[in-house]
Amino acid sequence: MPARISRDDVAHVARLALLELTEDELERYTEQLGAILEHAEDVAALDLGDVAPLAHPLSLRNVFRDDEPGAALDRDEVLAEAPAAESGRFRVPAILGEEP
Amino acid sequence: MSETTWETVIGLEVHAELATRTKLFSGALNHFGSEPNTNVDPVSLGLPGSLPVLNRAAVELAIRVGLALHCEIRPSVFARKNYFYPDMPKDFQISQYDQPIDLGGWLELPEGKRIGITRAHLEEDTGKNTHVGGSGRIGGADYSLIDYNRAGVPLLEIVSEPDLRSADEARAYVGELRAILVAIGASDGKMEEGSLRVDCNVSVRRPGEPFGTRCEIKNVNSLRSLGRAVDYETRRQIDLIEAGDKVRQETRHWDENGGRTTPGRSKENSEDYRYFPEPDLVPVVPDPAWIEEIRAALPRLPAERRHDLAAAAGLTPTDLTVIVAVDRGADATALEAIAAGADAVRVLTHIEHNLAVEGADALSGSTLAALVGMETSGALTATQAKTVLAELVTLAVSGVQGDPAAVAAAKGFEAMNTGAFDAAVDAVIADNAEEWERFKAGDPKERGKLTGFFVGKVMKSTKGQADGKAVTAALLSRAG
Amino acid sequence: MSATAVDIAADVRAGRRSALDVVEAALAAIAARDGELNAFNTVTADQARAAAASIDARVAAGEDVGPLAGVPVALKDNLCTRGVPTTCSSKILAGWKPPYDATVVGRLVAAGAIMVGKTNLDEFAMGSSTENSAFGPTRNPHDPTRVPGGSSGGSAAAVAAGFVPLSLGSDTGGSIRQPAALCGVVGVKPTYGRVSRYGLVAFASSLDQIGPFATTVADAAACYDVIAGWDPFDSTSIPEPLEPTSAALGRGVQGLRVGVVSEMTSEAMGIAPDVLVRVREAADALAAAGATVTEVSVPACVYGLSAYYLIAPAEASSNLARFDGVRFGLRVDAPTTAEMQRATRTAGFGPEVKRRIMLGTYALCAGYYDAYYGKAQRVRRLILEDFERAYGEVDVLLSPTSPTTAFPLGAKTTDPLTMYLNDVCTIPSNLAGHPALSVPFGTGSDGMPVGVQLMGPALSESLLFQVAAVLEASSS
Ligand SMILES: [Mg+2]
Ligand SMILES: [Zn+2]
Repeated sequence: MPARISRDDVAHVARLALLELTEDELERYTEQLGAILEHAEDVAALDLGDVAPLAHPLSLRNVFRDDEPGAALDRDEVLAEAPAAESGRFRVPAILGEEP
Repeated sequence: MSETTWETVIGLEVHAELATRTKLFSGALNHFGSEPNTNVDPVSLGLPGSLPVLNRAAVELAIRVGLALHCEIRPSVFARKNYFYPDMPKDFQISQYDQPIDLGGWLELPEGKRIGITRAHLEEDTGKNTHVGGSGRIGGADYSLIDYNRAGVPLLEIVSEPDLRSADEARAYVGELRAILVAIGASDGKMEEGSLRVDCNVSVRRPGEPFGTRCEIKNVNSLRSLGRAVDYETRRQIDLIEAGDKVRQETRHWDENGGRTTPGRSKENSEDYRYFPEPDLVPVVPDPAWIEEIRAALPRLPAERRHDLAAAAGLTPTDLTVIVAVDRGADATALEAIAAGADAVRVLTHIEHNLAVEGADALSGSTLAALVGMETSGALTATQAKTVLAELVTLAVSGVQGDPAAVAAAKGFEAMNTGAFDAAVDAVIADNAEEWERFKAGDPKERGKLTGFFVGKVMKSTKGQADGKAVTAALLSRAG
Repeated sequence: MSATAVDIAADVRAGRRSALDVVEAALAAIAARDGELNAFNTVTADQARAAAASIDARVAAGEDVGPLAGVPVALKDNLCTRGVPTTCSSKILAGWKPPYDATVVGRLVAAGAIMVGKTNLDEFAMGSSTENSAFGPTRNPHDPTRVPGGSSGGSAAAVAAGFVPLSLGSDTGGSIRQPAALCGVVGVKPTYGRVSRYGLVAFASSLDQIGPFATTVADAAACYDVIAGWDPFDSTSIPEPLEPTSAALGRGVQGLRVGVVSEMTSEAMGIAPDVLVRVREAADALAAAGATVTEVSVPACVYGLSAYYLIAPAEASSNLARFDGVRFGLRVDAPTTAEMQRATRTAGFGPEVKRRIMLGTYALCAGYYDAYYGKAQRVRRLILEDFERAYGEVDVLLSPTSPTTAFPLGAKTTDPLTMYLNDVCTIPSNLAGHPALSVPFGTGSDGMPVGVQLMGPALSESLLFQVAAVLEASSS
């Protein structure tokens, strides 16, 4: 059974999820997530080693499309919705850090 | 200290863009070089509400590669690899994780060593960032522009075992893998367009010891860079250890201009990709009949083709001209020409040097054989043959297999008879008596220089009809 | 709007009534009362008038304009509509105009239906009261001091208020059925994969389904027949051909076996006594109509809520990563892309969305994956197996839809867990991928509507409509 979620855990997941939390929020979310996870302990505590996980309710297999071109979007329509664009491309501020 | 007391251990991850018409999960075009953001649809832009649908052709190519690399073809499941990066439209990459389609095979290097293939899995490519302003490089740019044409292009990530032991082996591995991918139509293999991208894991150890700590080197964009990067990184790691330091496990970048690897910036989010099964896709369970159909349709692989060509040419499969001919897909033409009685070395030399041009594959083996035959008989010099060959290729592209003799005649190339040839040589010797004395004196250096002088004069007086090699031979025999 | 969709379509097709009149009546009703209810985020009045005029012209030209000819529909604002704002009731998407239509939108239009607007929801469909909307809460038409339920509260309220006869919602853990129950309308969650999700902004991909709201079972069935069916743009779309469900409506329940789910009818599960009374009456009504009613146990159901609150946030944490200020929607400027993305997401998402993103991120983290996400997936199989066992004994299952009637605004906003308990009866069908619907059945002690839930095995929609029609007839 996992230990109760800590403030550091919440700060860690907020960082992974690109969310910034104030001290107050950190406090509150730690408490709330703790309560939800505590409720989930009934599941976490079950011994289900012999039950296969079910990722999906469907038993579909091998769903493919043919390698045929479909309709492309109109670039102007797409870029009109972009927060910033330049020379047919999406514009973003400086990217720091290497590509993962 | 010496490098002989150290062993380099290399494992490679090769990302190959698959040669499909459309993307891995949507009908947007998989095409290099289009106007930015024109090959995009809701799926390639990761728009809210869009859903992936798997391209059958990409799966088929992945199976083809798996079979060519002697892998087991497995039921596979796509997962999401979660990380934020602006060129990744959904901020997760759909990739096969713990259940890849191709598992456990091998590739044989031309020299015969087998390199283990851990796995090959399907995944989607990212878009492309252009860094603007500042230094134009990622660190110093003012801002960046993103083109998502490449986003969603099917990639096959092919992971080798750490079985490679030198830069040469690493290059040979990528060369061979590339040849296989091209031969089976899985990828165009163009490293310069990014169709083939190599990440290499390098570590060093003393022979017999367990593996050392490895570094992953990214941004290796050519076979030459691969060799340089491996050599540099090997040296760097040995120096570190011999200085009493430790190698840190990290991602490093190959700096082509600086000729060195540099540490990647630390990535705060990369340690936990939170993989989980992609709920928008269903498992791929290839039908055994489908796999056998693909296997039956596999073309002959480069290794086998090199073997056949080498046998026909009386050369070894590792001979450069043999490798090049197969690499260019010209081995069938070469075999046809050789079978028609042409001199194999001349045939392969033409393929390597004079047929590396657009449309060369239109030339038939028998036409090539006829040309080589004229050369062997002395009817054409090497220079003339090259000119005639170029004309023959032009004709072949327009659908005509030309007659080399007719082309040669039209160009005014006539074989010199022996008498005219001897007369021309003798005339040049007579006109340059002083130089001829020095030539006869026999100082090798002097002779080398003067050979060029005399050959040039004879060529000039015969308007290029004399064969350069024949002139050299004639000079030597006259000098005694 | 008192006419049903079926009647309107029949009149418009026959030229007895103009689609433009129908649309004007809907727009007038919205204008009169939506200021109070806030069911709509966007009303597409001009577009609706133009579409209606075109339907009328085609009718005049003798064309078959489709089974929903001239029927005004409202769409939950998480369904992509080309050129029309699709906000998910989030600041992060405010004003975003998708460049494409969801598959269901295309199907409705092809059937002659006319979109009059986009309805309010809990931000990104995360909630059970439509209070988590960046554009203010929707109110219950039966009592505006109370919530309409959620997350499809706007779509439920729009039908309950008589603005439109039909609307679409999405149901991930009860988001169609619970607001249908609280607003006193019919709400259907089809079999997972029966209705294409293409163009539905994803909350939890393995659970989400689009379905209709209507005032009658027949209207819900007619809408379902239009939107259901295989779609090549959704890999999880079921290829089996569709039979029109409307044909089943008059068949009654003679000889059918109905199971009352014991786990969902105990006060221990937090089901209010007045709701339980209605469920018992519904069971009696079915028995009186010739069904065999028994009590059936679906034991793993009790773990449904916990499993759901691990699986759904996990998938959501990944689905909502793309809202990063790069390609569409809100951007909060900052010197670097990573800072811009963080600032955008921090400003753009509301507290419930952040809570679930963090919960889901945690559940997927390397050290906790097996204990949480992995375990929840195993529970999911247990629930599916328990249902399948139950469907060996009975044809359909009966339960409450919501544990209570509509509650006052603000009553459950302080404690997320209390709010989550609203979904205790609806979540198991989502986990199993089975169809379920809510049909109004009387009122509670507070005079507010009560809905009862019918559940069936995969692809049993016809049967559910058939049974619901009997309950509908006996409750009126
Ligand atoms: Mg990788
Ligand atoms: Zn990769």
